[in-house]
Amino acid sequence: MTTGHDTTAASPSTEGGAAPGRPPGDAAAVEKERRHRARLSRRWQRDVRWSPYAFVSPFFLLFVAFGLFPLVYTGWASLHKVELTAPTDMDWVGLRNYTRIFDDEFFWNAAQNTLTIGIISTVPQLLMAMGLAHILNYKLRGSTFYRVAMLAPYATSIAAASLVFVLLFGRDYGMINWALGLVGVDNIDWQNETWASQIAVSTIVIWRWTGYNALIYLAAMQAIPQDLYESAALDGANRWQQFFHVTLPSLRPTILFTTVVSTIGASQLFGEPLLFDANKGASGGSQHQFQTLGLYLYEQGWVNQHLGRASAIAWTMFLILILIGIVNYVISRRLRASS
Amino acid sequence: MTTTLTPPDPDQAEKAPQRSRRPRAARAGGQMHAGPVAYVVLALFTIGSLFPLVWTAIAASRDNNRLAQTPPPFWFGANLFDNLELAWTDANLGEAFLNTTIVAGISAATIVFLSTIAGFAFAKLRFKGRGALMLIVIGTMMVPPQLSVIPLYMMVAKLDWTDQLQAVIFPSLVSAFGVFFMRQYLIQALPDEIIEAARMDGASSWRVVWHVVFPAARPAMAVLGMLMFVQTWNDFLWPFLVLTQTGNPTVQVAVAGLGRGYTPDQSLIMAGALLGTLPLLVVFAIFGKQIVGGIMQGAVKG
Repeated sequence: MTTGHDTTAASPSTEGGAAPGRPPGDAAAVEKERRHRARLSRRWQRDVRWSPYAFVSPFFLLFVAFGLFPLVYTGWASLHKVELTAPTDMDWVGLRNYTRIFDDEFFWNAAQNTLTIGIISTVPQLLMAMGLAHILNYKLRGSTFYRVAMLAPYATSIAAASLVFVLLFGRDYGMINWALGLVGVDNIDWQNETWASQIAVSTIVIWRWTGYNALIYLAAMQAIPQDLYESAALDGANRWQQFFHVTLPSLRPTILFTTVVSTIGASQLFGEPLLFDANKGASGGSQHQFQTLGLYLYEQGWVNQHLGRASAIAWTMFLILILIGIVNYVISRRLRASS
Repeated sequence: MTTTLTPPDPDQAEKAPQRSRRPRAARAGGQMHAGPVAYVVLALFTIGSLFPLVWTAIAASRDNNRLAQTPPPFWFGANLFDNLELAWTDANLGEAFLNTTIVAGISAATIVFLSTIAGFAFAKLRFKGRGALMLIVIGTMMVPPQLSVIPLYMMVAKLDWTDQLQAVIFPSLVSAFGVFFMRQYLIQALPDEIIEAARMDGASSWRVVWHVVFPAARPAMAVLGMLMFVQTWNDFLWPFLVLTQTGNPTVQVAVAGLGRGYTPDQSLIMAGALLGTLPLLVVFAIFGKQIVGGIMQGAVKG
């Protein structure tokens, strides 16, 4: 790199002499060396100045092309009537797509299902992950084995996991109903009853993500300085008090992070309800029992072929997420201020 | 939760005399040994994690009729290889495996490269707008991918890329998580002095990246590569939308097709699910420790 030719020539030097005490014959060489240095240093400065941008620009270019532009364009498309059969023909309809989905009982049904499934999958998942992380934080024999085993569901795809759980949750011959039968519970129709099907879909999510979240909590727990516990112990705090007064407050940013990530994940739930459906449709059960917003978006866009309406659903989901984010932020600020 | 933990073992004070002087409670938080109840809880969770996977193999090894009986089978039958072979040909899994390997390989390699140079810039270089740009990177992690799906689909349709692998590859070439992850790693793994020394010797930025950053980041690059490979391999929504089962399916699209093709043969579906998951489980069995370390590494705030 240092040998490369520089197009901007070094400015001619105005000062003449070499350093005193040097033989006069060296003056030209020194001057040449000095110019070379000056050129290099200019190159170097330019390199230092611009290379950070060169390093981060591929990410941003690709993000603009495949993240930001689609985001904005979805908003634009949501104001048009666009059909899947001719995605380039767009007729301006203003906010009609939005008013239509707000009048659509299936949209509200999907929104409610998404909320319910989101809560019954995220809350137990994060609570169990916290408990697991707490146990894993003790000195354990074979701790690596438990960590890897708990992460194995994360390596399983949505497709494979959902298909397996369809069988496990089978009404007549499923293992879960068989096990429940042993304790005297009648067969539950996991794919058709509203609550049962929503619990079943949540189970797939919980199964796949609990271990992953436990590892994230564990990492945060291990970063808590030990002397916090020691001083709490000296103040007479027992282990429960230590957990509530040292561990939980220290984990607050991590808990916020996992809550946000899980909320986003829950709002996008798509593959699990799609594949859990016995009718092989996109309606989330014969009576839309577990149709999520993600599935409803797919049904509107790709089954009913209304891409404009699907865009409006996507943007509504986005706005709801932003709202949740703001609420989250306000609550965490309040909590911080009060403590 | 914590209620399942037993009090510390009374013998422990004898085993570790140097600790017995401190108050017992002071040994909480990573130092105390777990009691038997903790092991029971861990065992239950481990069984819960692994059982559905093991049972996939059991169901795949059975005759379809046996799966429609109570009690369900708990042990392996004789049909495993027949079912695997049938699923392999039925779902065209050979081609799907090749497709998925190409997609996941290209995505993971590109993500690792781009994340390392961007993460290096965010971790170690000073430049105007660094904080704001990093905030944007983190912000992009919050944008749901479903928002981009519709225009992406329009773009792909316009480019005539439907059913082509590049339709899946291009949108998956960047990962905000990757940038964040490499930044976290490089902040602590790469001392400023080494970069300064290389700079003193007149190395250009690319030379620094090549000869200093890449060697220092290699462990994190390996972990990120595996994580991204797993993620791309398992990706479902977008491949499901742009690829059909007949044109260049990925493994997940092909496996989902088994379940959605009105195939009554459950053992066949399970065989497909098993095949779709197996390569990643093997990777996990070998590199599980590194992957666990990598996830925990990426989780800690810097």
